[in-house]
Amino acid sequence: MILIWLISILFIGGILAWASERYNQNYPRNIALLTVLLDLLLMLSILPSESITSEWITVFQIDWIPRFGISLYFALDGLSLLLIILTAFLGAISIGSAWNEIKTQTGFFYFNLLWTLAGVIGVFTALDLFLFFFFWEVMLIPMYFIIAIWGHENKNYAAMKFFIFTQVTGMLMLVSILVLAYSHYTQFGSYSFKYEDLLSVSLASSLQFWVMLGFFISFTTKLPSVPFHSWLPDAHSQAPTAGSVILAGILLKTGAYGLIRFAVPLFPEASLTFAPIAMGLAALSILYCAKVAFAQSDIKRLIAYTSVSHMGFVTLGVYAWNEQALQGAVMTMLAHGLSAAALFMLAGGLQHRIHTRDMGDMGGLWTQVPRMAVVAVFFSVAALGMPGLGNFVGEFLALLGAFQTNIPATVIAAFGLILASVYSLWVIQKVFHGEYSGEHFDEAKLTDLSRREMFYFGAMMLGLVWMGMYPQSFLDLSQPVLAQLLSSSQGVVSNLAGIQ
Amino acid sequence: MQDLIWLLPTFPLLGFLALVLTAGNLPRQIVAFIGAGSVGLSFITAIFIAFEFLASGEDYFVKEVWTWMSVGAFNPGFSFYLDGLSVVMMLVITGVGFLIHSYATGYMADDPSFSRFFSYMNLFVAAMLMLVLGDNLVVLYLGWEGVGLCSYLLIGFWYTKPENGYAARKAFVVTRVGDTSMAIGLFLLFAQLGTLNIQDLLHAAELEWTTGSGLAVAVSLLLLGGAVGKSAQLPLQTWLPDAMAGPTPISALIHAATMVTAGVYLIARTHILFELAPTVQLLVAWIGLITLLMAGFTALTQSDIKRILAFSTVSQIGYMFLGLGVGAWSAAIFHLMTHAFFKALLFLASGTVILSVHHEQSIFKMGGLRKALPVSFASFLIGSLALTAFPYTSGYFSKDEILLAAFELEGVGTYLWLGGVIGAFFTGIYTFRLFFIVFFGENKGHLPEKEVGGWHMNGPLILLMILSLVGGFITIPVEAVFSHGAAHGEHHVSALVHGFMIAMPLVGIFISYMFFYAKKWSIEDLMSKPIAQKLHRLWHSGWGMDYIYDRIFVFPFVWLSRINKDDLIDKLYTFIAMVSRLANTYVVRTQTGYLRWYALSVACGLIIILVVGVLL
Repeated sequence: MILIWLISILFIGGILAWASERYNQNYPRNIALLTVLLDLLLMLSILPSESITSEWITVFQIDWIPRFGISLYFALDGLSLLLIILTAFLGAISIGSAWNEIKTQTGFFYFNLLWTLAGVIGVFTALDLFLFFFFWEVMLIPMYFIIAIWGHENKNYAAMKFFIFTQVTGMLMLVSILVLAYSHYTQFGSYSFKYEDLLSVSLASSLQFWVMLGFFISFTTKLPSVPFHSWLPDAHSQAPTAGSVILAGILLKTGAYGLIRFAVPLFPEASLTFAPIAMGLAALSILYCAKVAFAQSDIKRLIAYTSVSHMGFVTLGVYAWNEQALQGAVMTMLAHGLSAAALFMLAGGLQHRIHTRDMGDMGGLWTQVPRMAVVAVFFSVAALGMPGLGNFVGEFLALLGAFQTNIPATVIAAFGLILASVYSLWVIQKVFHGEYSGEHFDEAKLTDLSRREMFYFGAMMLGLVWMGMYPQSFLDLSQPVLAQLLSSSQGVVSNLAGIQ
Repeated sequence: MQDLIWLLPTFPLLGFLALVLTAGNLPRQIVAFIGAGSVGLSFITAIFIAFEFLASGEDYFVKEVWTWMSVGAFNPGFSFYLDGLSVVMMLVITGVGFLIHSYATGYMADDPSFSRFFSYMNLFVAAMLMLVLGDNLVVLYLGWEGVGLCSYLLIGFWYTKPENGYAARKAFVVTRVGDTSMAIGLFLLFAQLGTLNIQDLLHAAELEWTTGSGLAVAVSLLLLGGAVGKSAQLPLQTWLPDAMAGPTPISALIHAATMVTAGVYLIARTHILFELAPTVQLLVAWIGLITLLMAGFTALTQSDIKRILAFSTVSQIGYMFLGLGVGAWSAAIFHLMTHAFFKALLFLASGTVILSVHHEQSIFKMGGLRKALPVSFASFLIGSLALTAFPYTSGYFSKDEILLAAFELEGVGTYLWLGGVIGAFFTGIYTFRLFFIVFFGENKGHLPEKEVGGWHMNGPLILLMILSLVGGFITIPVEAVFSHGAAHGEHHVSALVHGFMIAMPLVGIFISYMFFYAKKWSIEDLMSKPIAQKLHRLWHSGWGMDYIYDRIFVFPFVWLSRINKDDLIDKLYTFIAMVSRLANTYVVRTQTGYLRWYALSVACGLIIILVVGVLL
């Protein structure tokens, strides 16, 4: 039942926030923050005190459209729990970043923001594939509005591109889901969209490949990965800061989650044969986008490309499909969620202050905004994989695991570590180092981080240090889930090998 | 007391946190107190721990603090490993580190970012201690990357100058190339041996791998990649001279005494792997030899006082690599220690010189500083003698052992030895070239009225002078670590060979004396020959390595990035969008509203369908 509450609180909060706008422009943000914090508290109350023994921490299931075997089926395990906590945490932080930035139509803005979060939590907990697809769409449309209404100079183009990419590939996934449900009908005599039911569906290997590809393309567009990544830089550079935070911190992770939860377990054999291609794409993604990132002068586009590059480690880890690699993928999702969100907030904060995203206009800002500079160095260094911070644990484990299954892809991907240092330090150089001129913007507006900003940056820094120094708190939650996924898929694969 | 070993990195880490969290709002005395005091505390703790450890007679001591991460079979801990090798390293790091911190409180006294400087320095010491005390390669890698980060931050400390930022980034990126090689080495080790605990994997490797096996060669090559990056050896040596853009105390601490020797430590720590791959071990020796000669020639042609010392550091680490390569493990570590003494001394003294002449760094704009700067003069005299291995100074003992071990190596040992001796000869020339030009002759720039200093700057110099003089008599407790390596101290070399070795650096000093002090020989005559000019240009540019790397790696990368700024893949999608828009504009034109056009098109369509139907 608590899962229903988690989602409906956000839906209701969104409507309340919208409705409250007519009384006061500032009510929506307060309501939104309270809603998300309430959600976060609820989630923390589910945190198991001891190590998890049963597969699911909590399950909720009632029929929805019984004729087609569709039900409201939600379930939560350690992996979902980690991701929904990340969602609520970054949700709260994104509201903080919008606090003074969003001045128009505040009610509708927070409505969209909360509904996006609701959609994401639905995606992370839905175990009925129809329901999953429903939430996949729910998180898309409010996000479209956030970019299209509160975005920057080229917002309509970016919003439309985001929408088309996600929608077209989402349709591929829908077709795949329907094929699965229909196959269940032909094999067992009834329609079903239930995760466990569909796991037992067996498809002919040629069909399996195409159905798997539908999921894969949909998820790697969201992730994103080369060659489906090009909506992201536009969406990020045009979105308001809060939009970027949710996009980079949370929405991208739904793609990674989909790969781990659905794409590989539903099609273990097809995924196994596809793994070299997926890992190759991952390595390509890492290097290609790192290189393109280096060429950007728009700071938000640059960070967007680095996001694609870092998410490559997730794909690499997922398709290596062993314990270290999967834990690495999960840790990368969590750590990158914080570090990328923080970098986008810094970029957004700069844009809000000096009305430019062009790094050519900046330089030498360290002397002017030292606190911001230190925070930026921290998160850049985290992003380039400094041991002791969360991103290192994720990327190191992903590479360590991937090396055991695919040496060439891993070695190529490891070169991403060099390129990450090239672009990260380049940003620091262009923005904060060098001589300060202050010619290109209104200097009076360039103020250092406020106490509110320091508060949420501090919270994210603590999070990354925690992940970096004692990742066990997180690893322990996802461990049973991943072990379960590994053992079940290994059974199928080895059975297959036995038959052949 | 040994159980408190975790305090060693904790003190400087707390210092770092205190300085960062107060964000430069503390008074300078308190910053200095925290900055130098935290390292001092570590040093005192290190002494106690070292005494207890050595008194216990145990070979090693392990202290696990907590499990870092535990994923399947991979569970590295935050644990400390103490043996003779790490005892030496921790004492050098905290001891020399403390002296340099103390010196820096004076050197940096007028800098507006005093607090930021010490926060980086403290973080560096903490990371360096993790590097040498970690009991597994993951913790070592933590320290390894941590010192790289601090090196970056400190080289770019005066960030308003773009060239400093460039030098800092170059240092970080070039060493990261090596780091990545090392990381891949770690992956390979784990995939093969199932552990990254150093002692466990060394034992496993000894059991499972035969000497010369492909895996041993691959792993040691990959680790060597990390070592040459960090220790500025061929082919990744190009970053170190540029790193001199940082404040001089960090050149002494990071780029002479501690961090740049991390590669030597890594190889010594994993020496069993290198013994399993003799070809790679020999490669280490050749890399060391070629680097020491190339850097020595380059040092001859430089005019910036710090760059001369930087190239000399590269050259001296070359000796350490030579020692490692010929299996003289303890001699290499011994040279690491004595080098830390005399090179820290030389760098700090050069800092005093630079401050006293108002930030002039060209030796040709100095001259005759002997009287004005007595402490620096004494420091340089002693430091230079130790650097050139003048008999009975500290550098003499350590370099002597390395060269003797090389001489005794079967096969190519003689060549390695001869190269090393030639290097020592050039060391004599370039070291005393610097010494004579700076302190003798006429002053060509600014003659300072008084020497910058004070007890917290001169005290460290004096202590380092003493260590540079008598440090060679220290016995380092590393026999147990390298028990099956080359024998220590027992050399059988004819007096003639030994005499030749000792004499060559002295000849070098004499040549320098004739050129730069007595002026009996003229450098102008030498330089008038075209071949000399060409050589000078080649050596001065560091053998053109930067030029080559720029053209092979940097320019193509920047070029590729520039031409693909707009992301070629995106073009594909915008092309689809463009096509549909074009199609739209043309198809829209058919919506004219004229009935006759519609009728005509219906008729045409009909005809086409009929024709197709008939033909098929």
